[in-house]
Amino acid sequence: MGSVGAKEVPVLLTPDGRRIDGRTLDELRPIRIEAGALHQADGSAFVEWGANKVMAAVYGPREVHPRHLQQNNKAVIQCRYNMAAFSVDERKRPGLDRRSQEISKVIAEAFESVVFAEEYPRTSIDIYIEVLQANAGTRCAGLVAASVALADAGIPMVDLLPAVAVGKVGGAIALDLRKEEDNYGEADLPMALVPQSGRLVLLQMEGHMTEEELARSLDLGVQGCRTIYEKMKAALRERYAVGPPAGGAA
Amino acid sequence: MSGEVTAEILTTHILDLAAEGKRLDGRTPDEYRRITVEPGFVVSADGSALVRLGDTAVLAGIKLEPGKPFPDTPNAGVLSTNAELIPLSNPTFEPGPPQPGAIEVSRVVDRAIRAAETIDLTRLCVTPSEKCWTCFTDVHVLDHSGNLIDASLLAAVTALAHATVPAKRFGIAEADYPLEVQHFPIECTFVRLGDTIVVDPTFDEEQAAQGRLTVATDETGRIVAMQKGLVGAFSPDDVKEIVGRAFVHGERLRAFARGGSA
Amino acid sequence: MLVLPGEEIPNQGLKPGPGTYRVGGKVYASVLGFLSPRPPFVQVIPLSGRYIPKPNDVVVGTVTDVQSTFWLLDIGAPRWAPLHMTGTPWKVDVGETERFLKVGDAVVVQVENLDATGRIGVTMNGEGLGKLEGGTIVTITAARIARVVGRSGSMIQTITRHTGARVAVGQNGRIWVDGAPEAIRRVSAVLHMIDEDGQRPGLTERVESYLLATMPTGPTGPTVPRTEPRDEPAPRGAVATDDDDEADEDGPDESGSDSDSN
Repeated sequence: MGSVGAKEVPVLLTPDGRRIDGRTLDELRPIRIEAGALHQADGSAFVEWGANKVMAAVYGPREVHPRHLQQNNKAVIQCRYNMAAFSVDERKRPGLDRRSQEISKVIAEAFESVVFAEEYPRTSIDIYIEVLQANAGTRCAGLVAASVALADAGIPMVDLLPAVAVGKVGGAIALDLRKEEDNYGEADLPMALVPQSGRLVLLQMEGHMTEEELARSLDLGVQGCRTIYEKMKAALRERYAVGPPAGGAA
Repeated sequence: MSGEVTAEILTTHILDLAAEGKRLDGRTPDEYRRITVEPGFVVSADGSALVRLGDTAVLAGIKLEPGKPFPDTPNAGVLSTNAELIPLSNPTFEPGPPQPGAIEVSRVVDRAIRAAETIDLTRLCVTPSEKCWTCFTDVHVLDHSGNLIDASLLAAVTALAHATVPAKRFGIAEADYPLEVQHFPIECTFVRLGDTIVVDPTFDEEQAAQGRLTVATDETGRIVAMQKGLVGAFSPDDVKEIVGRAFVHGERLRAFARGGSA
Repeated sequence: MLVLPGEEIPNQGLKPGPGTYRVGGKVYASVLGFLSPRPPFVQVIPLSGRYIPKPNDVVVGTVTDVQSTFWLLDIGAPRWAPLHMTGTPWKVDVGETERFLKVGDAVVVQVENLDATGRIGVTMNGEGLGKLEGGTIVTITAARIARVVGRSGSMIQTITRHTGARVAVGQNGRIWVDGAPEAIRRVSAVLHMIDEDGQRPGLTERVESYLLATMPTGPTGPTVPRTEPRDEPAPRGAVATDDDDEADEDGPDESGSDSDSN
């Protein structure tokens, strides 16, 4: 992602195992999740994760447009992952580029793996992810936001889908890369976990890793996903919580 | 959660209420919804603002990049305004190329910014005929519950007013500096509901509207842009009344653009 | 008890019902909602999402398309529901459908049947069903309808008693309200209060105190009923069904705040 001019590679890992922002190797960036952030959508969520800001909305199940995509035996799940022009350092031309289209596809397929789509034949479940501010890991933040939005929209599914990227920085396996680590690190491995089954429904990798490093990365990622899972559940519980009785007169 | 088709009895009810000077949400005809403005919402932008107008939410982001001046304006920078009515924001929006509605919002917002001379474009010139700043304003509609034009321009002007020129990052100057706006255009939109003209329409009121008129004013008392939209008509007297009301509301909304949340 | 998708449900030998699934002998929730044991099943009653039709539900819909032998209705469900011309009390000839109902008309219909393709069959034949004239439609989350009706209709009775409005509650979250403009506004405010706040205990008290506080005062004190009550019966749907009680018991209000109201 956009850095202007050549820069020196920053020190990604100090000798005592601290990262560029002071985190330890297995530490997540701060995450805040708000379920039901929008009014028009059937379900929605806003996620602030490190310096990422991502909004997700779900519409449906509803009639399919365009109609030729309709499937007789299940709902079609469509996803549109998009980055706002101002979400990155160098302005991004509005519209879906090839990267956005690929991410949209793998996210849609991840959700198809957990949504009980056969309950709503001939309909569409439309997932919209808008990256408003990007700092590495936007597909994972988008997945988390969309998953909370799907639950908020009352969509039946096997489980929520926590997601996180693991990478290799300064020779070490690290959880949840930020931008500098993503740009200058040696590997990036985003994944999404179905906690109920312990299986991965999104998995991509770019860079260099040994077999042993990959094994450790998967373990670290699953552990990170489980932490994020708790935050997702807490956000939904907060939205649907039965609050204390109204204090005093209404 | 609006359906794809607004029920006619809802539209009729909105018109019946308007005939008595009332509105569905209890507002008077001359009352805006609650406004909040959050400048600096997006740090990846050179300037930004999240504006909420009732249940409508719009995010504007500014990006400045070095470019080349147009041959006919060698001493001026370049402005570009774009609004995206993304399908996340309303059940009626489909993915795909910009729809006429989005293009209209873009152009009406752009026109007000230009005509009010919001930015002194000569300050965006680096080397005449060769190098200047291109200032991109991108408006992202997040929640469309009516009156996108007013929310979009308020977000855009607030973002511009709080923007920084990234001169250091691009090696053009030793330090970044504030963009500085010289005028604050504000658009106020009215719709006709029968014989009543209401300000700041909701989505449902826009469906019931018999004509929409947007008036942009600036802090010097100038009218800088207008746009009549939707099916319907206004008399010259209607227009005069609307302009008067636009100046009053414009003054109040401008305080948000200058200072963020008031 | 609130459960989320993927959470294991202590099933105590019960079979997985709606809103749940079973893997390897364990039962999990598939939707966000309240856990509701209904021996021999355990089920989850959704708290959010679109209206999912059930046979015999009375719903409020809007005509979105007119064909030569049927109309398509938006009832807020995953799919549009076809209303065939034979499913009306009228004698409709092929090609004459638009004479009876056009796009934007609102109707009260009943869900007759659902087939495996998700097709929703509805009928307008039945007491209290038909085209809606006058009044307006208020839309809330379908899952909150049980709260609007209240135990044995207590909530809806409270609302109509204090406002004099005529109300027809669609199980799909769309509520037809007719009466004086002020009465409609108060009912609408109460419905939105229930939509946003319906899970908190003490709902009935909050609704009653709002209605008492907003009671219009005439020269002879509070004017409770509408001045000109109509003779015709209100459309159906305002009557509590078994399902309403069911959801009530599972809600947090079961301590009895609803029953306190009478």
